[in-house]
Amino acid sequence: MTRTPLRPLARVLDARARGENPKAIERENIRQRHEGMKDRARARAEGRLLVLGLFFFCAFSVVGVRMGMLATSEAQEPLASAPGAAIAMQRANIVDREGRILATNLDTYSVYAQPPAMIDPAAAADQLVAIFPDLDKERLVKDFTGNRKFLWIKKRISPEQKQAVHDIGDPGILFGPREMRLYPNGRLAAHILGGSGFGREGVSAAEVIGVAGVEKQFDDYLRDPANGNKPLQLSLDLTIQAAVEQVLYGGMKIMNAKGASAVLMNAHTGEVISAASLPSFDPNDRPRPPTSGFDPSDSPLFNRYVQGVYELGSVFKIFTAAQAVQLGLVNSETIIDTSGPMRIGRFPIGEFNGKNYGKISVADVIVHSSNRGTGRLALQIGSRRQQDFLEALGMFEPTPFEIVEAAGGEPLKPKKWGELSTVTISYGHGLSTSPMHLAAGYAAIANGGHYVSPTILRKNGAQYGPRVMSESAAKQAQNMLRRVVTDGTASFGDVAGYDVAGKTGTADKPKPRGGYYDEKVIATFATFFPAYDPKYVLIVTLDEPSIVAYGEKRRTAGWTAVPVAAELIGRIAPLLGLRPRLEPEARAAITLTSN
Amino acid sequence: MKSVLYVLTALAVFGLALWAYQENYRTQQVAKETQKLQREIGMAQVRLAVLNAEWAYLNRPDRLRELADLNFERLGLLPLRAEQFGRADQISYAEDPDLPIVDPVELQAITSTQALGEVQIP
Repeated sequence: MTRTPLRPLARVLDARARGENPKAIERENIRQRHEGMKDRARARAEGRLLVLGLFFFCAFSVVGVRMGMLATSEAQEPLASAPGAAIAMQRANIVDREGRILATNLDTYSVYAQPPAMIDPAAAADQLVAIFPDLDKERLVKDFTGNRKFLWIKKRISPEQKQAVHDIGDPGILFGPREMRLYPNGRLAAHILGGSGFGREGVSAAEVIGVAGVEKQFDDYLRDPANGNKPLQLSLDLTIQAAVEQVLYGGMKIMNAKGASAVLMNAHTGEVISAASLPSFDPNDRPRPPTSGFDPSDSPLFNRYVQGVYELGSVFKIFTAAQAVQLGLVNSETIIDTSGPMRIGRFPIGEFNGKNYGKISVADVIVHSSNRGTGRLALQIGSRRQQDFLEALGMFEPTPFEIVEAAGGEPLKPKKWGELSTVTISYGHGLSTSPMHLAAGYAAIANGGHYVSPTILRKNGAQYGPRVMSESAAKQAQNMLRRVVTDGTASFGDVAGYDVAGKTGTADKPKPRGGYYDEKVIATFATFFPAYDPKYVLIVTLDEPSIVAYGEKRRTAGWTAVPVAAELIGRIAPLLGLRPRLEPEARAAITLTSN
Repeated sequence: MKSVLYVLTALAVFGLALWAYQENYRTQQVAKETQKLQREIGMAQVRLAVLNAEWAYLNRPDRLRELADLNFERLGLLPLRAEQFGRADQISYAEDPDLPIVDPVELQAITSTQALGEVQIP
């Protein structure tokens, strides 16, 4: 590059000759030089800007293209994901306390039709009806030849049916994979499991959702893919549940009862080992809920042990007695006057069959099931304290038992808890609860005074809630209940080796429009065993039992619910692993065989 | 010196590119295998689930009860009752076999003294 001198001598001399200022030349040259420098600097800066702009353009293009690709492409699982994540089972299984399957999934198919693609709709309809006799041929033909583009034919089919449908060979009949909930044990524990149905449905998949029981209660857990390999473990025992349902069914038939329920609960953990409500249903094929207009308790869907809210009668007497002992008002040997007449306001309080027991001890009040005896104890206790005690036993709230139906089993208590209510509730009338409430109440007596909340989930170790009565009050109540079986109304309830203790209760059923039936009762036997170390609580209720014994029609629990409960205990106690405590056998008697 | 460095760098880049190329394909291979294995595991789990369901179905209490009834003559199975509990000392165990002699004692002397004691007069 040639550098122009700032003061070229020739021009300076020229300028001097012309009398001009030579400095102007220098300034002019400096100006020109600066102009040049400015131009170069601008050009360079423009170049840099261009490069930078290109860089940004490329960077943004890459980001944009990548975003576009992500947005338009199909979502894909990352390949190297953690093993097992992609292959987790669909809906989690439900198992019993020993891990035996109560509910699982099975892959099956649904069959649907696309009428526009069908070749011979009439023949296809013909053959479909041959495979599925419950389909209506006329309707199928109408659907196939109309302008419908799509219709479901069957939601679930067996592999044999699938093959048969496949053999029709019509291109308009197609299959979609379906996951099906299977309850391999059929009717067993139907009310606890509930059932399931399809939620949102597509051609290639359908949601399985729980519609009742634990299936609905734990729907979120069961559907969570993270829990696919972790089954929901219940406290139920399959074997015991089967035995309970069998014996209870037999008992219900023998006692000519309309329905029956049994709850077997661990008194220390609150685990429900078995809960049966008869009549039951098959959760694989859950019947539709009854249409309105008739008694819901006639439906097999009616869950008697949580929804069967009735006045349970004399089984409540022990709570009154236990509270009176707890408060130190009496002990089990205190003498109570049970003689009549007794009136609260204008209502006479009478005994069963108009008996009069006179002056008897508190234990005998329970043994003979004296209404006036417990009524007088309740008057000593007072309405406020009685309510507090029953509330502590959970008698005023729906049970926390984890099936959706339990929330509907709300106890019915009197609007105004006056003196009359105090007396009638002391012997179980005026307060309606479910057998599950009663089980929790008896568990508190059986375990030495702690409330335990009934649960369907497997627990480890005792789950004592707050203390509701003292150890000694509970012990005295246990002894009174044992005496009911040895010398009282539940004498049919004794099972050799398992010292049963319990209380009977027979209550008239309320009419739907007020008042009570004379001939319809709810017979209840609330019991725990073995009495020397109570472990399990069993509540048996029979709905409208009646048998003829000794030439008389009998409905009381002592004749109906108690023998059924005794048979139940005889069957299930060995299965529970309880060793019988047998009295020493009588020595072989010496028989005289000859003179 | 500089050019040697350039050549070495270029070679290193080539080497790394080759290595990356191979690793890429190896990774893809492993990923494919993993996928295949996962699919197989998935299928095996489905089969297992079906078998478990079938096992549960075959072992349902109703069926076992019917089978026990059908085969009552051969098996004589009845529900477990309290009377069937026993005590461990009620079990008649097999007799203990004689203990093996591990430390034999010479009995010759005893027998000879015995022989002396009861002298037989012929």
